[in-house]
Amino acid sequence: MGAGHAHPLHLDKQSPIHRLAPEVKISAVLLFTIIVVVTPRTEFWAFAGYAVLLAVVAIAARVPALWLAKRATIELPFVLLAVALPFAGQGERIDWLGLSLSLDGLHGAWNIFAKGTLGVLASLLLAATTTMRDLILGLDRLRCPTVFTQIATFMLRYLDVLADDARRMRIARLSRGYDPRFLWQVKAFAVSIGALFLRAYERGERVYLAMVSRGYAGRLPHADEGRAPARQWITAAALPVATAGIALAATIGS
Amino acid sequence: MLRGMETTAMHIANGIVDGPVSAVFAVLAVAALAFCVRKARNDLDERLAPMAGLVAAFIFAVQMLNFQVLPGVSGHLLGGTLAVILVGPWVGALCVATVLIVQCLLFADGGLTALGLNITNMALLGTAAGYLLVAGLLRVLPRNARGLAATAFIASVVSVVVASQGFVLEYALGGTTELSLPWVSGTMAGVHVLIGIGEGLIAATTVATVARVRPDLVYALRRFRKQASVEVNA
Repeated sequence: MGAGHAHPLHLDKQSPIHRLAPEVKISAVLLFTIIVVVTPRTEFWAFAGYAVLLAVVAIAARVPALWLAKRATIELPFVLLAVALPFAGQGERIDWLGLSLSLDGLHGAWNIFAKGTLGVLASLLLAATTTMRDLILGLDRLRCPTVFTQIATFMLRYLDVLADDARRMRIARLSRGYDPRFLWQVKAFAVSIGALFLRAYERGERVYLAMVSRGYAGRLPHADEGRAPARQWITAAALPVATAGIALAATIGS
Repeated sequence: MLRGMETTAMHIANGIVDGPVSAVFAVLAVAALAFCVRKARNDLDERLAPMAGLVAAFIFAVQMLNFQVLPGVSGHLLGGTLAVILVGPWVGALCVATVLIVQCLLFADGGLTALGLNITNMALLGTAAGYLLVAGLLRVLPRNARGLAATAFIASVVSVVVASQGFVLEYALGGTTELSLPWVSGTMAGVHVLIGIGEGLIAATTVATVARVRPDLVYALRRFRKQASVEVNA
């Protein structure tokens, strides 16, 4: 159970990026995202530079472009918001193909589109190259409070179990000839959610008792104290350092 | 924020709200969550990790179950108010926050720099509004399955709308584009009232089911029971 539980966005491959320690990757992605967000939105070519950096990472991680593009559609609602901004924005307006567009709105749309997309792609690359278990381990090594890593560990461990519980209840309902599919039949759906909660809570109590009987006293044993070697930190630092370089060059250049 | 269609589940992304405001809300979220951890320990002591973990898994699983609202449009539960009624405000907020962090890191849902904003809106503001209403309404409404269902419905609608207005506040402080705030506020409120009604209907039935089978598990009811017994003892 503890070993390499896959999640829907994980791409099980061998690559230098996959082999990097999780805490190193989390730090690199976080720094990258922060630099992207604080970059002034009018430094257009800086964003092109960031995109090139991500493309390099994607190639090194052997993540196909199509895979990334498909998953990035999660961002669609914000792209729609971005499309609406030039029309809804205020201030100075320009005419383009007979449409009156707000200049501030256009900049805002670009801002959301560029920063949002770069952020989603960076997150996707992290998720694609890191297993669930490694991610929690990485958070733990980055001194994330143990309460959170413990709750997250239990959550991810039992998520599949609960999803299966839900699936079994649905099949049981279907096999008894009831298939609620309209809003006014929402009761059967809600009742099964109630049953799912009871199962989850009671399972939690059983898990706790099982842990107590094995000597649990509020603290989980640390699996390993292995730390990422300095070499890995240097490799991963290449991304935020290059990003910061582009950001600096852009702001000084303008 | 908008969680309507199944392929576009989405929290606030990077670049919607500027850096300084995002940072302020991140600090706020960390401080508030630290407080929640202390209070949650009072509720669950050393049972906290396994119990909160299972409740968080429940919220996560519920968010994966889609229900068809209209042909082509399916929605799912957000579960914040539901969690608050069933396990209390502190554990509830912790569970919703954990779900948001994992969704951000493993599912690329919500920007890394917007994590503080998303946690503030959904795990803190939404649950706080939900729980305050629950605590208030249960003083006047009957404390049985039916009263609890009515409470759950009202609290869910208000909680979802309050969470959406949290975004409006953040946008007013650090929005990257000038928009008329009443327009943003109205649109967000309008969309979220609809989401909240769906949320409320399902949460109400769910809570009523649990209250009929295991009323001892419903935190919102347990509080009143404890109070009653203390009064008898005194």
